[in-house]
Amino acid sequence: MASPLMSSPETTAVESHGPQPGEVGRHDFDTKARKQSRVILGRFLRHRLAMASLSVLVLLVVLAFVVPAFWKYTFWDTSSGGYLKPSPDHPMGTNQVGNDMFAQVLRGTQLSLLIAFVVAIVSTAIGVVLGALSGYLRGIMDTGLMRLADLFLIFPQIAAAALLVNRLGGSWYMVALVLALWNWMQIARITRGETLSLAQREYIEASRAAGAGTGHIIFRHLVPNMIGTITVNATLTIALAVLQEAALSFIGLGVHIPDTSLGLILNTNYSQILERPWLFWWPFVIIVLISLCVNFIGDGLRDAFDPRQTKVRA
Amino acid sequence: MFRYVIRRLLISIPILLVGTFAAFVLVASSGDPVAALASKPGVTKEVVENARHALGLDQNIFVRYWQWLIHFVRGDWGVSLALGQAQASVFDVVTQSLWVTVRLVVGAEIIALILGVAVGVLAAVRQYSIFDYIATSAAFLMFSMPIFCVAIVLKNYGIQFNNVLVSWGLKRWLTTAGPPTGGFSGSVGNQIVQYTGTFLLPTLSIMLISFAAYSRFQRASMLETMGMDYVRTARAKGLSQGRVIFRHAFRNALIPVTTYFSLNFGAAFTGAIVTETVFGWHGMGTVLIDAVTQYDPNMLMGFLVVTATLIIVFNLIADIMYGFLDPRIRLG
Repeated sequence: MASPLMSSPETTAVESHGPQPGEVGRHDFDTKARKQSRVILGRFLRHRLAMASLSVLVLLVVLAFVVPAFWKYTFWDTSSGGYLKPSPDHPMGTNQVGNDMFAQVLRGTQLSLLIAFVVAIVSTAIGVVLGALSGYLRGIMDTGLMRLADLFLIFPQIAAAALLVNRLGGSWYMVALVLALWNWMQIARITRGETLSLAQREYIEASRAAGAGTGHIIFRHLVPNMIGTITVNATLTIALAVLQEAALSFIGLGVHIPDTSLGLILNTNYSQILERPWLFWWPFVIIVLISLCVNFIGDGLRDAFDPRQTKVRA
Repeated sequence: MFRYVIRRLLISIPILLVGTFAAFVLVASSGDPVAALASKPGVTKEVVENARHALGLDQNIFVRYWQWLIHFVRGDWGVSLALGQAQASVFDVVTQSLWVTVRLVVGAEIIALILGVAVGVLAAVRQYSIFDYIATSAAFLMFSMPIFCVAIVLKNYGIQFNNVLVSWGLKRWLTTAGPPTGGFSGSVGNQIVQYTGTFLLPTLSIMLISFAAYSRFQRASMLETMGMDYVRTARAKGLSQGRVIFRHAFRNALIPVTTYFSLNFGAAFTGAIVTETVFGWHGMGTVLIDAVTQYDPNMLMGFLVVTATLIIVFNLIADIMYGFLDPRIRLG
């Protein structure tokens, strides 16, 4: 199909392989099909900072979810003495009531990651569906959904957190639910904006003429065409959720004792920052590490999905 | 334009009504403000019932909301239901706290914007320079940090810094526990010292994170405009570098940041809950936390009406400014 005079990246890539000896002519301009997803994946894999961040994040996930099974202390075990210094037995020391801090930090990392992933998935799902509906159907649906987003913007999340988390128990999924319910508005706005322009395209019109319903058009035509924006925003939501969870736990409206999260560990130990700095700095470093890695991965994904931005990035 | 503004403001009224009603029900049903009184020894059931009646707690929740609403429309914001507050006037508490927040949070946001725009433009103009790398890494690091940790670290090292000052025979400079109750006094130089000492740490902790967001935003938008055809045209017709950057690129690159700032600015009035808690400032964030944890719907209503109105107004301003700065966008 493509003229050999047009030097698209695909043809040049194949030319570098050269024709196979013995096969004359027939394969000269025969380019191997490269799926869009493979091109994007390739670009992402070549993004060094993003790949480094991904490995660190994977390492943290393994640490948080696998190591506790083999570690000699559980996070609720208070048999050790209070405020022990870091030693081979307790690599991060112990806290006031004698919990092993290493086990505590691992459990905290586990919950922070879990909450962040759940928040990202749920809020992205809500945001994409509502945003696409709003931008595709327009009219009363659009007005209604956008006003709903306004309502969530003015409504203090803390008030909802107080009720849901305090009254219905401070389990991690309650915290995740509250955070997810207050993070979909941004994604909905972005999705709506993209849908408004995509909905004008001919292929949407053609699909509608062929009798496709709203659901089919949204999930088969609109969402696949916005997958880049959606993925990048979902990734950045993970970083946001880690920080928000920490802040909620810090003001006492997040995960509750006897369970623990990185925010809660910081909340109970920050007064020790000068006397026993390790109690503060370990959870702090882990939070920053998760959030930083996720931000870098999001940056790499953005470049991978939108090669025009490669020049426009640090 | 005028009709657009009126229509947007009219749409906001039902949103405010639904929002206040939902918040009222949520807080009123999440706990009992007289529970602390009831658990005290020696308090008879009758006393508790009287207290409940005095606060109107024995009524239906819809009736209570309706009571609040008709009083509010007449200009009466009601009194706090929390026991420790001794029936403080909601209007007084909210206006005082709003003033604290304006001085602390809003000031920090403005400084962050100015610094962020400057750093973002410089980083974009000198892309991939040492300056760009430092600015980018600093920004990434800052918005990956939980704000309360930044505040705690600043507070503790502030205290240490004060101790060093004292050991040198000087007076403590940095304040880490709220603004002075009596205001600032003494000579002009003395007042400046007191003022900076009071505001430096909390402002810094709010500023750092906002600054990171603004500088990233400005950098991306500046890089985008620098690649536009009209900037190339400006270069091609022989304009100086400074003129190209400031007259052609910078002015257009400010458009997205302006609207972003307007949105943030509206939200800033809700206060910086964590920073206020750590540094002991009684701003809007503290009002919210107190109202929620003491099950005080009246106080929450006062908070919500003020912050929601400000958010709605600044969202509207953002939309209007967008259409004003970029005439291609029509408001409908």
